Amino acid sequence: MSEFEIKTVTGEAITAQALKEEMLKIYPAKTKRKREKQILSNDPENTPEIGANSRTIPGIITQRGCTYAGCKGVVLGPIHDIVHITHGPIGCAFYSWLSRRNLAKPVNKGDTNYLQYCMSTDMQEEEIVFGGEKKLAQACREAYALFKPRAIAIYSTCPVGLIGDDVHAVARKMSEELGINVCGFSCEGYKGVSQSAGHHIANNGVFKHMVGKLDMEQTNPFSINVLGEYNIGGDAWEIDTLLRKCGIHVVSTLSGDVNYDQVCSSHTANLNVVMCHRSINYMAQMMETKFGIPWFKVNFIGAAATAKSLRKIGQFFGDKGLIDRIEEVIAAEMAALAPIQKDVTSRTKGKKVALFVGGSRAHHYQDLFSDIGMETISAGYEFAHRDDYEGRAVLPTIKVDADSRNIEEIHVEADPQRYNPRKSPEQIAALEAGGFTFRDYDGMMKQMKKNSLVIDDISHHEMEKLIAVCKPDVICSGIKDKFVIEKLGVPCKQLHSYDYGGPYAAFTGAANFYKEIDRLTTTKVWKFVIPPWKQSPELQASMVFGKAHAEDLTPKRSMKANKSAEPAEEA
Amino acid sequence: MSTLSSQTVSACASCNSFDCDPSTCSARQPVEEIVETAPFAASTEGITAATRNACKLCTPLGACLAFRGVEGAIPLLHGSQGCSTYIRRYLISHFREPIDIASSNFTEDTAVFGGSSNFKTAVKNLRRQYEPELIAVATTCLSETIGEDMKRLFHEYYSENWEEGHPHMVHVSTASYRGTHMDGFHNAVRALVETLAVSGTRGRRVNLLPGMVSTADLRHLKEILADFGLPYTLLPDYSESLDGETWAEYEKLPSGGTPMKAIAETGSAQLSIEFGHTIAGTKTAGQFLEEKFGVPCRSLGLPIGIGETDAFLETLGTASGRTVPAKYRQERGRLVDSLVDGHKYVFGKRAIVYGEEDLVAGLCAFLCEIGVEPVLCASGGESGRLEEAIKAAHPAALRKSMAKMEIRSDVDFAEIGEQAEQLKPDFLIGNSKGYKIAKNLNVPLIRCGFPIHDRIGGHRILHLGYRGAQMLYDQIVNALLEAKQEGSEIGYSYL
Repeated sequence: MSEFEIKTVTGEAITAQALKEEMLKIYPAKTKRKREKQILSNDPENTPEIGANSRTIPGIITQRGCTYAGCKGVVLGPIHDIVHITHGPIGCAFYSWLSRRNLAKPVNKGDTNYLQYCMSTDMQEEEIVFGGEKKLAQACREAYALFKPRAIAIYSTCPVGLIGDDVHAVARKMSEELGINVCGFSCEGYKGVSQSAGHHIANNGVFKHMVGKLDMEQTNPFSINVLGEYNIGGDAWEIDTLLRKCGIHVVSTLSGDVNYDQVCSSHTANLNVVMCHRSINYMAQMMETKFGIPWFKVNFIGAAATAKSLRKIGQFFGDKGLIDRIEEVIAAEMAALAPIQKDVTSRTKGKKVALFVGGSRAHHYQDLFSDIGMETISAGYEFAHRDDYEGRAVLPTIKVDADSRNIEEIHVEADPQRYNPRKSPEQIAALEAGGFTFRDYDGMMKQMKKNSLVIDDISHHEMEKLIAVCKPDVICSGIKDKFVIEKLGVPCKQLHSYDYGGPYAAFTGAANFYKEIDRLTTTKVWKFVIPPWKQSPELQASMVFGKAHAEDLTPKRSMKANKSAEPAEEA
Repeated sequence: MSTLSSQTVSACASCNSFDCDPSTCSARQPVEEIVETAPFAASTEGITAATRNACKLCTPLGACLAFRGVEGAIPLLHGSQGCSTYIRRYLISHFREPIDIASSNFTEDTAVFGGSSNFKTAVKNLRRQYEPELIAVATTCLSETIGEDMKRLFHEYYSENWEEGHPHMVHVSTASYRGTHMDGFHNAVRALVETLAVSGTRGRRVNLLPGMVSTADLRHLKEILADFGLPYTLLPDYSESLDGETWAEYEKLPSGGTPMKAIAETGSAQLSIEFGHTIAGTKTAGQFLEEKFGVPCRSLGLPIGIGETDAFLETLGTASGRTVPAKYRQERGRLVDSLVDGHKYVFGKRAIVYGEEDLVAGLCAFLCEIGVEPVLCASGGESGRLEEAIKAAHPAALRKSMAKMEIRSDVDFAEIGEQAEQLKPDFLIGNSKGYKIAKNLNVPLIRCGFPIHDRIGGHRILHLGYRGAQMLYDQIVNALLEAKQEGSEIGYSYL
């Protein structure tokens, strides 16, 4: 096996360490010291400790969002038949109004979908001074009068925590008054270091106020929950369809195209599979303790990863019929996918990608890229913790800092009536003896190449350095970075909103993604960047020496004008 | 702070009685009601507390947008990082351009003890990374609620870090519980001139303070000013910084924007022209320049449509001492000619207009000019001067329609939607957020204003001048023709 190397734009090898230093040299000393711990040269055998889940330094332009975004925007927002009320001034509600592409398509008679709806108490100065609880209570009444929803969820924004409005007290009062479940979430934006805090708060709230509320008999023994799947671009639907083909029933997808009853009855499933470990591992853990549902990590992003995940589910249930069906489905899906994969790979093989997104996607999508022969030179999460990088084995060694202590750790015990271990200790031991793992996540770094560069909470400046030095063929990120990346001549695939595309999960989704990446890496559009009148030999000669004619090019744009055209020509 | 009064909480939501137990109330509706999607037209009689599908955005967004229109400026939101992230992602989904907005990243302890140290770190890091000419600070709900004293923070920071060539710093207070994004925008412009304008020998320079318009609008305004031969300061000017070319080399801050020097020179201009009837006479940048430096401030409406554009060009004619250039006389002529051509397709059509107050006022006047009846003019704006603004924009054209027109300020899309059905409009005109209403009514939506995130090029829509009116006009006529053509059973392909 040839050694992995990061290459510069001119094709020379550069060590991850040198690239890191290039990124850091501009920072003041203190900033540099902090960022040093978050940018690492990878070693999968002996993963170095990463300074993840630490505060973003003021003035560094971050991709990260806030606690409210993690709670309302990510975990709870997709529950489509409850009314979500943002308690605060108008901005927070407006920006989380349909901006995440967590699709929902209620199909049954009586199903409701309030996701088009953005309700806010729109606090004014008067409420900031005198308190907003009355207005919030009235807003709950309005929501009830209008829709008679199954439940109402209330989300606190920054000022609410400061003025001391007790959203939980209002929620309790309103529950009594309206006779429906009204729950409050103290997810003020300033809590925690990123949206990750919001995920945790949401997990706690959903577990306390919803999970276990509705007992339901599951007729299919192969009933599972898919946790940490948000149905961006319809991913959850792909996964659902695939599992159904195999004979597996999805009780609840937390949280993608899911309704309140599904969430409330999720404790009746026999297995939890976890997609996004970061945002939902708390829930998996709590459900295991309280109800005896085992969990393990899966990944339905990438054909090989999907097949592996399906087989693991089959192995867990240990049913011959199920295992055979899974193999049949994999064979059929792979046969349909193979020609597309082969065709695309012929053009994408050896191309380089960098991914900076989320708390799991920057890892999951490496599988999709490796399906088509592309190599990850650098990757990092926006809001993940050490265990998402280094694996859950490091959990006992993670220091709990002040920001994490802010978030309630709820104490969970086995439910006296409903605790029902789905596997006996003997069965678990037997499975584990065969190499089967529960509560497992090895993290991103174990899978990445030695000497690739891991960057946690990448800043704009570091992103731009990465492009200037290495110019990857594709960068996966979100909308906030997309246009700066593309300005610099690198195609960017958004992995938050999927650029209005998708689905990319499971086999059908993988085909969509291969085609998408094929389109991105072979486009000829970059060839237009330099107009013909700026490609005269005279001018090129002068540019070699770094002296462009002032009349022809503005000095700022002169130096690399030609360089940006090169990759397009290769393509 | 406040507690719930028992009187308020005990009213039953179903029968509205204070003596009723809501859980057993006989008037309570069954929960099994079938609602496929959230009805925008659900009845809300007597309901006012919540904002449902807001028709406004928050103040710091407006301030950030204005600041991105200054050359070499980096906006810094003093507060929690979520504000900067949300505002960036929202502005970017409209402009499809890189938009850097820094944050001082408050955490819980910052919220308790104050943001002084975070602020200083932020400024230092910004200087190192961006080498900005201006650090433009806006205070969010969080820092405003804790009462952060920015004057003191600036003073503290400067006393420790001042050096020759240090970038300027400007602050605008933008608590989102006070006003809308438009207030944030206008206040940011005022803060810029308050901090940066200097006095000097009065010259021919004209200050043009256009308000929140598109990048195409800004380019057109510059073209017009140049054609009148006037030296000018256009503030802000994000026509390039938020609608730029591909880069051959990394630009720390996208090029373009009003130069700092030009802002300084606003104090010695012959005239300020400020667009927006709702802000006329309020504490605006133009007003400040008049009071402080004696630069007269001429308040005009956004030049949307013929009448308002005429007023703008006449003002420039006076300021420059030149007649209106032939180019614009021709554009005007062509526009009028096309109104004659398309009149039968638009005359008497009914429209719902929504968006920022001054945009609504301008569009409303324009629609009346072309024979469309704006049956509802709605805005989430809270100035309380929308009606006044509409009346001020081309009164002659408006005279007939005013009686039938409903004007509503401080409304949300739920309220607009509730009214929309009975108004039976032929089309809607405004930003992307009206799409659901248009879809429910099965009528075209003419997209303009901000935000437009379900089409490409939303930021390049030209609204202003005769040319902008021409484009809007063609778009409206064609949308109506298309709707008619598509809805026709027999079909026709020749007009």
